[in-house]
Amino acid sequence: MKVKLTINGREREADVEPRKTLLDTLREDFLLFGSHAGCEHGVCGACTVLIDGEPSRSCLMFAVQADGYDITTIEGLAPAPGELSVVQDAFCETHGLQCGYCTPGMILAGHALLERNDSPSREDIVEAISGNICRCTGYGQIVEAIEFAANRLRKANTPRGGRT
Amino acid sequence: MKPAPFDYVRPSSLAEVCEILAADEDARIIAGGQTLIPMLAMRLARPAKLVDILRLKELHGIRTEADAVVIGAVTRQVEVERSEIVRRSLPLLTKALPWVGHPPTRNRGTVGGSIANADPSAEIPLVAVTLGAEIEIANPSDRMRMPADEFFIGPMLTSVMPGDCVCAVRFPVWTHERVGTGFHEVSARQSDFAFVAAAAQVALDDAGRCVEATLGLGGVGDRAIRIDVAPLIGAAPARAAITEVVRAATADLEASSDLHATADYRRRVAVTLGTRAVEDAFADAASRNGALQ
Repeated sequence: MKVKLTINGREREADVEPRKTLLDTLREDFLLFGSHAGCEHGVCGACTVLIDGEPSRSCLMFAVQADGYDITTIEGLAPAPGELSVVQDAFCETHGLQCGYCTPGMILAGHALLERNDSPSREDIVEAISGNICRCTGYGQIVEAIEFAANRLRKANTPRGGRT
Repeated sequence: MKPAPFDYVRPSSLAEVCEILAADEDARIIAGGQTLIPMLAMRLARPAKLVDILRLKELHGIRTEADAVVIGAVTRQVEVERSEIVRRSLPLLTKALPWVGHPPTRNRGTVGGSIANADPSAEIPLVAVTLGAEIEIANPSDRMRMPADEFFIGPMLTSVMPGDCVCAVRFPVWTHERVGTGFHEVSARQSDFAFVAAAAQVALDDAGRCVEATLGLGGVGDRAIRIDVAPLIGAAPARAAITEVVRAATADLEASSDLHATADYRRRVAVTLGTRAVEDAFADAASRNGALQ
């Protein structure tokens, strides 16, 4: 079946079997390997992407279901090649990653939270990443990274967000 | 972790959905897919055809009717969680929703999906049973309403017949002056399946006496059940009295045992959480000075 997706702002098309997940389509048809295949049954969160701005598991959606949707993967966050988004940079600064497997999902979950809420409490952050499993960091530095990014974004002199 | 092959169709009306389901007994409805897709991935389910209803506008949305809030089957859980209408009229549902899965699964998972899936520990079915909601069901020839406690018949088992489609859930809104709610749950990890979940709603009169009370328990047995707490009505009970009523009402409760929790443990926790939920509901109601809207 033919599907049309808007991926990181660009319209893309693919011809996929109905049983192909959005995750496999992103990785195999569009060579976007930043969305990681972890458990492939909706437990680990490594495959998290934003669908119309909301974090969702790309292993729990078939590409045919996503026809017409606006999808953001980790590749779509940086403002320009070779640069990092504020949230990505915060993860580097606070050592919010070790092996890196969960990192794209964590960053997208954090990014989506900060789009909705520019001053999240620690509990808000923990809730936002509660669907993402990390087996290295113990989560402490990940929470710290998102707090750090929130602080930086609040001080940045640019309009953003407004999502509810 | 790859599903077996299937056909995929996305009909543009409910009537078409019913026709497809009636014509093909191996066809299954998919909405948010947050439970069905893992089952497909593990090949615990192998339907020949998936009928995608997620984009059917006639099954979507939250609307107020006389004494009820009707939530369309494909309304996503996150929409209910953030809904002003639900917060004002069905505060128990608003309280329960943060316990449903995780934020990313609530972004895709639907109300109708959770109802049709009928997991014994699921929160939305628990609230439906506790409040005495009705499930709207369509098939090619008919559209009917079924009380939640008749709809759920066992673990992942409902009265839905092959070819039926869950269309909406009709939650009654209490019109009393002061209504309060309480929700408690215990699980191994935040947002994991509940060992026991308790949902309570009470209404008080001006003197602080209870005029209506309901308590539901989920995760204990093979489906969510409503507990008889009628003895609370007419009084302004203290904690000990609430515990006694809940204990008596749950005395012959059927509880299941598994790797994580024994039946004894579930029964004990049911009394504790049931009491806490009712207590919270009383405190919440006492703090209100206006009816639900």
